[in-house]
Amino acid sequence: MKSVAPPLPGWLAVLRQRLFATWLDTVVSLLCLYVVWRISVPLVDWLLVEANWKGASREDCTSSGACWVFIRARFAQFMYGQYPVPERWRVDLLGMLAAFAGAALSWRVLPRRRELTIAVALVLPPLGIWLLHGGFGLKIVETREWGGLMLTLFLAIYAGLIAVPLGILLALGRRSRLPLIRFASIVFIEFWRGVPIITVIFLASLLLPLIMPTGFNVDRLARAVIGLAFVIAAYMAEAVRGGLQALPDGQTEAAQALGLGYWRIMRLIVLPQALRISLPAMTNEFISLFKSTTLVLIVSIFDLLGIAQAALADPAWVGMNMEAYVFAGAIYWFACFGLSQWSRSREKRLQKAHGR
Amino acid sequence: MKAFLRDRKVRDIFWQVLASVALVAVVVFFVKNASDNMVKAGIASGFNFLWRDSGIEVPFNLTGYKPSDTIWALLWTGIVNTLLVSVASVFLATVVGFTVGLMRLSRNWLLSTLAAVYIEFVRNIPLLFFVLFWYFGVLAALPTPKESFDFLGLIFLNRRGLSIPTPNDVSGFHLALLAVLVLVVVQIVLARWARARQARTGQDFPVWVVGFVLCGALPLMLFVWAGALTSWDLPILRGFNYRGGFVLVPEFVALFMALSTYTAGFIAEVVRGGIQSVRQGQLDAARALGLTPGRVVRLVVIPQAMPVIIPPITSQYLNLIKNSSFGAAIAYPEIVAVFMGSALVATGQAIEIIAITLGIYLTIGIAVSIFMNWYNARHKLVTR
Repeated sequence: MKSVAPPLPGWLAVLRQRLFATWLDTVVSLLCLYVVWRISVPLVDWLLVEANWKGASREDCTSSGACWVFIRARFAQFMYGQYPVPERWRVDLLGMLAAFAGAALSWRVLPRRRELTIAVALVLPPLGIWLLHGGFGLKIVETREWGGLMLTLFLAIYAGLIAVPLGILLALGRRSRLPLIRFASIVFIEFWRGVPIITVIFLASLLLPLIMPTGFNVDRLARAVIGLAFVIAAYMAEAVRGGLQALPDGQTEAAQALGLGYWRIMRLIVLPQALRISLPAMTNEFISLFKSTTLVLIVSIFDLLGIAQAALADPAWVGMNMEAYVFAGAIYWFACFGLSQWSRSREKRLQKAHGR
Repeated sequence: MKAFLRDRKVRDIFWQVLASVALVAVVVFFVKNASDNMVKAGIASGFNFLWRDSGIEVPFNLTGYKPSDTIWALLWTGIVNTLLVSVASVFLATVVGFTVGLMRLSRNWLLSTLAAVYIEFVRNIPLLFFVLFWYFGVLAALPTPKESFDFLGLIFLNRRGLSIPTPNDVSGFHLALLAVLVLVVVQIVLARWARARQARTGQDFPVWVVGFVLCGALPLMLFVWAGALTSWDLPILRGFNYRGGFVLVPEFVALFMALSTYTAGFIAEVVRGGIQSVRQGQLDAARALGLTPGRVVRLVVIPQAMPVIIPPITSQYLNLIKNSSFGAAIAYPEIVAVFMGSALVATGQAIEIIAITLGIYLTIGIAVSIFMNWYNARHKLVTR
């Protein structure tokens, strides 16, 4: 597509070439400028210029713009839901631990990085449940008191922790030599991919208590995590399968010739390469899992969007719909956009490394 | 003995037997628990409940359903509502998606950036957010019926929904639809004949112009004519609300807008990828042969881009149909809301109802994937 570059065009020449090359281009550009102007001016006005920032109640919102006072007043709820105030340090501590572990493990020259990753993956999740739920010396906080952004992250991360290993096993199962295992994996994957997530969340919350022995109670939140995890595992499996298929057969054959068994071939040769290839696709599935966590609203679990929705019912803050949605939406947007940019940059680096 | 244990076939059979025993054990365990729990809770089983009176009100239905009808009729109403919102959204999502996808490819930097902003905006926010936003944010802020937005005095938009006029006599439209089907068949026959003639004699025939008249202009005229023949039931403000015509409830409008704008972002990416997959050399070669820009697009770009675009777009359509279940969050009466919601609460027969609901979605999915395999087999790009 590259044309010969003209001799050092000034910014005017660039503008002319990109926006005003022909008369049709000029008309289109002017039309676009008009649309941008008509949308952005009132938007910026509402978001920033005319917005209310200071105060404590609805009465402090006097100018015509957004009432960010509302977000400030309810900020803690958006983050923690009804989590008891004196116990909130536990959530913060867990968040800091997770952030520290994530930062340390993504440091490329960390010694014994692989072993440390496995150790963190084994220790941190149970530790997290203990910190959030309590027991063993900590005050117990029932899951119905959890909420807000913290709950959204909990759902996404714990469902992801189940979904990734399960998805890898299903992908291997789908490519297995054994017809029965292959068939069972295909049925599992296609079933969960074929039904809407909303029905799965219904199904998990209704059926899980029914199929467990009498007296064995599955926590409401755990049901949602399991339901989400199964669906995402099915999608993850397809992402991993893409990576497995991209790997040349010679890799497995060479490993077999060396006398390695199935699991060692998978662990040492196939999966490290296949997972690297399918990481972008898996990240995309994780993004869609993150977006799907909002559906727990349907079984009255109040994640970030649920808290925003519930805040609208507060008589002290009538008519704050837009502020609540914009705030919650912005958090989702930055999280998903950040993840997808990260996965894109990884993909590019990978392509460079393979000289493609 | 050792050789026997090392034999691949023996080991394969062993593992499969072990896996199936484990699977059967798990299923038996769950089924036994479920039947114990159901007996204890006094829940009936079987599908007889489908023929019981439902007693459930559905505010928006096209099937003429009444609360005194059976649960089976209630399910059917839900299916029709799901299909209604899906078909309408697929249509708008395709139009918007193709437009934005083509804008994204524009040489004009501003236009292409605007399209990119749209795509990145809708793709990175949960669909439920859009559904709630349209329902509680936009539609709830609409004026009361008295101060409705008025389009030519025929269509009225207010917080009770969108009121549109309906024809009193639809037989003219049925005739027009029949005529259109005949015209499409004529066009297909004509196109085949034209291609055969061009292969034989090299003579060109303006298939596209004739096709535009036969399948575009003529049907439009037929429908306008049919509309002119019948009288119309117009929405009129009586008291506090509009009477007459047909009211598309706000739940429908919100779900429709959210589904179509959201899916359009994904379709736009598919369209962009499909068109970009046509190699530059193909375009250069087509231009070198002296084809006009219109013909380059029609004869070189579209035939190569479409086989790349159609399969992912079909799965986007399938996603859209599945996502229409988000209507349950705002009480739009589709399958999940009326059946998995209301009917389940009324009867308590969770297992049967869940099985039927999932069965419906799986059937739709299987139908779509059968179509996709058929299409892929037919349009596989022949390369040498």
